[in-house]
Amino acid sequence: MLAVLKLRKTRNWIIQALFVGALAGIVIFGAVTASQTMQAQGMTSGFGFLFRSTGWPISFSLIPYGFGDPYWKALLIGALNTLFLAAISLTLSTLVGLLVAVLRTTRNGVMNALGTIYVDTFRNIPIILQVFFWYAVYTHLPRPREAYDVAGTAFLSARGLFLPGLNVTGLSAFIAIVSGIAAIVLALWIAHGRRFSRKKPAARRRLSWTVAGIGALAVMAVLVAGRIPDTQLLSLPELKGLNFKGGINVSPELAAMATAIAIYGGAYLAEIFRAGFLAVRRGQIEAAQSLGLSGWDVFAKVRLPLAIRAILPTLTNQYVWLLKATTLGIAVGFADFFMVVAVSITQSGQTMELIGILMAGFLTINYTLSSVLNRINRSIALKGQNIN
Amino acid sequence: MTATSHIDQQETARPAAWDWLRETFFASRLHAAMSLAGAILIVAIGWHLLDWAVLNAVFSSAGGPEACREASGACWAIIDARWRLILFGLYPHELHWRSATACIVIVAVAIASCMPVFWRAARLATLWIAGMASFYILMRGGLFGLAPVSEAKWGGLSLTVFIFSAGVLVGMPLAIVFALMRRSELPVIARTMSLVIDAVRSLPLVTILFTAAVVLPFVLPGWLQGDKLYRVIFGFALFFAAYQAEIIRGGIQAIPPGQDEAAKALGLSYWHRVSRIMLPQAFRNALPPTISQFVITFKETSLVIIVGFFEVMASGNAAYGTGDWRFAYIEVYVFIALIYFTFAFSLSRYGAYLERVMRVGKN
Repeated sequence: MLAVLKLRKTRNWIIQALFVGALAGIVIFGAVTASQTMQAQGMTSGFGFLFRSTGWPISFSLIPYGFGDPYWKALLIGALNTLFLAAISLTLSTLVGLLVAVLRTTRNGVMNALGTIYVDTFRNIPIILQVFFWYAVYTHLPRPREAYDVAGTAFLSARGLFLPGLNVTGLSAFIAIVSGIAAIVLALWIAHGRRFSRKKPAARRRLSWTVAGIGALAVMAVLVAGRIPDTQLLSLPELKGLNFKGGINVSPELAAMATAIAIYGGAYLAEIFRAGFLAVRRGQIEAAQSLGLSGWDVFAKVRLPLAIRAILPTLTNQYVWLLKATTLGIAVGFADFFMVVAVSITQSGQTMELIGILMAGFLTINYTLSSVLNRINRSIALKGQNIN
Repeated sequence: MTATSHIDQQETARPAAWDWLRETFFASRLHAAMSLAGAILIVAIGWHLLDWAVLNAVFSSAGGPEACREASGACWAIIDARWRLILFGLYPHELHWRSATACIVIVAVAIASCMPVFWRAARLATLWIAGMASFYILMRGGLFGLAPVSEAKWGGLSLTVFIFSAGVLVGMPLAIVFALMRRSELPVIARTMSLVIDAVRSLPLVTILFTAAVVLPFVLPGWLQGDKLYRVIFGFALFFAAYQAEIIRGGIQAIPPGQDEAAKALGLSYWHRVSRIMLPQAFRNALPPTISQFVITFKETSLVIIVGFFEVMASGNAAYGTGDWRFAYIEVYVFIALIYFTFAFSLSRYGAYLERVMRVGKN
C-alpha cells in the first residue's frame, strides 16, 4: 500500500482528487445551507421573480421605466447605465491622460512640473473620496434660480447640468447613434483597413469621405423623422418654477461619477501613455522629422501609433479596471448595474440568483471589452522582428 | 569621442546653470511661451490656494461656524472641532488614546518592515504578528485591565489601518499559495486556480465586499459566520491575493530556469526549492509591483464604507453632514485626502527608491 503511495503518478492523482473533492464539498455545503436558510425564511428559489414588477423607482434611466415594470427591465437599465457611464468616463479619462502624458514628455520644465503635480496628486487619493468630493461640489452649486449659464442655453446648478438637446423619440436617437458609429467605423476601415490596400490612396480617401457624408445625412434624416410631434426639433432648457424644463439633464450623480473617473483614471492613463511615448525610439521620430513631416503629423502618424502598439496590453487592463470603478456609483446613488442588483436583493430577497446575475454580468462585460481590445492588439501588432 | 568632447567643452564655457535653464525653459519661442503660460498658471493656482488655505482661513473653532461664514477662505475650524470624530469614529471618547496608540504601533511596524534588516520571512512574520496582536489587544481590550470595546464601535483611521493590514497579512500567504497552485504541474489544480484567480480579478472589489457582508451569512451556518468585519476582511484578503498571486507568478517566471534545474540536480525537495530558491528571488523580482499593489490596496480600503463601516471617510461625511457645518465639506475632504496622500505618496516614493537601488544592484 505504501509503495503505491510513493509512485509519483498515483500520488498526483490522489492529490488532485482530494482537491476537487474538497472544492465540491465546499460548494455542496454552501448550497445545502443556502436552501435551508431559504426554507427557514419561506422563500422560493428560481428566476421567476425576474417577471414580477419591482415597485421601486430608478433615479436615472436611458429607456422609459415605471413602477410596474418587471425586475429584468430594472436590471437591463442598470447594465445600460453602467455601459453609458463607462463610455463617457473612459473617453474623458483617455483625453485627460493623453494631454497630461504629452505635457510630461515635452522637454519644457514648467509643463513637466504641471504634469507631475497632477499625476502625483490624483493618483494618491482614493477614487471614492474623489467621487464624494465632486458629488458634494455639484450638489452645493447654486439653486436653479441663480444657476451659472453659458449664453442662456446651458445651465449649471445644484440640480445638475442642463444642456440643449433634441426633441426626438428614444428609439430614433438610438438608431441615429448606432448608424453614426457604423458610418465612422466603416469610413475608418476603408481608409486604413488592409482589405482595401490595392486601391489608390486618393480613391480610398474619396470613398471614405463619401461613406462619412452618407452616414451624416442618414443620422440627420433619422433625427428629423423621429422627432416628437408638435415640438421644436431643438430643445433648450429653460427655468420653469423651481427647476429647468427641456434639454438634456446631466444629474449631479452622473456628473460626479464621470468627473471623478476622468480625473483619477486620467492620472493612471497618463503614466501608461507616457511609458508608450518613451518606448518610441528617438531615431524613429528624427527619421519622420527628416522626411519633412510637420510636428502634428509626426505626433499623429508616428509617435501615437507606435506608442499605442507598445502599451495596448497595459491599457486594456487599465480600461477594465476603470470600467469596474463605475460600481462606486452606489456611494452617491447613481443607478448602475451593481446598485440595481443591490436594491433588488434587499427588495426581493432573491440573494443567490441576483448575485449570480451580478457576477455573470461583470464577467461578460469585462470579457467582451478585453477580448475586443486584445483583438485590436493582435491585428495592429507589428509582424516581423525588425521594429519594436 | 574627441570631436564631441571638444564641442562640449566649448558649450560649457558658459555657466552650466544658464545652459540648463535655456534647455529646459526657453529651447524655442514656442517653449518660452509655454513656460510663461505654465508659470502664470502655477503662480495663479498657488496664490489662490495660499489665499484660501492660509491667509483668509479660519483655524480655531472658538468662533463656531459663524466665524467661518464671514471669512472668505477655508474653514479649518471644522477640523479643529471634529478631528476626534474623523480620526476615531465612534470609539469611546475617553479611550481615544488606545486607538491612537494602536495606529502608531501599526505605522511603526510598517516603517520597520521597510528596513532591509527585517527582510527575512521569519522576522517579517514575527514583526507583523506581534504588531497585529498588540493592535488587537489595544483596540478590543478585555486583557491587562483594558476596558473591552466591541468591533461595532471601531471606527475612523484605526479601522482603515486595521482592515488594510489584516487584509494584507491574510492575503499575502494566500497569494503565495495561489501562485504556487497556479504554477502547479498537476493540470486540474493549475486550471482550477487560474479560473478562480481570473474570476476574482474580473469582479469589482465592491461586489466582493458586498458578497462577503450580505451574501455569505446566507450560505454559511451560524457558527461559521463570525462578525461582519472579519468576513469583509476575508473578502478583502481574497481580492488582494488574486492580484498579488499574479505579481508573484510574474516574479517566479522571471527567474532563469537554470536556478530550478540546478536545485533539482542537487536533489532538493519541492518545498526546499520553493522556500529557499524560488520565493526569495521571486519576491526580489516582484518588489516594485508589490509595493504599488500595497498603495492601491491601501486606497481601496476606503471602499468598505459601502458595506456600512464607519471608517475615516464615513466619519468625515458625518463630520460635515451634521449640525451647522454643512457648508464646510471641501475642508473635510481635503483633510482626509491629505491623510491618504501622506500614506500612499510616501509608500510609492519608497517603491520608486527601491526600484532605483535595485537597478544599481543589477548593473
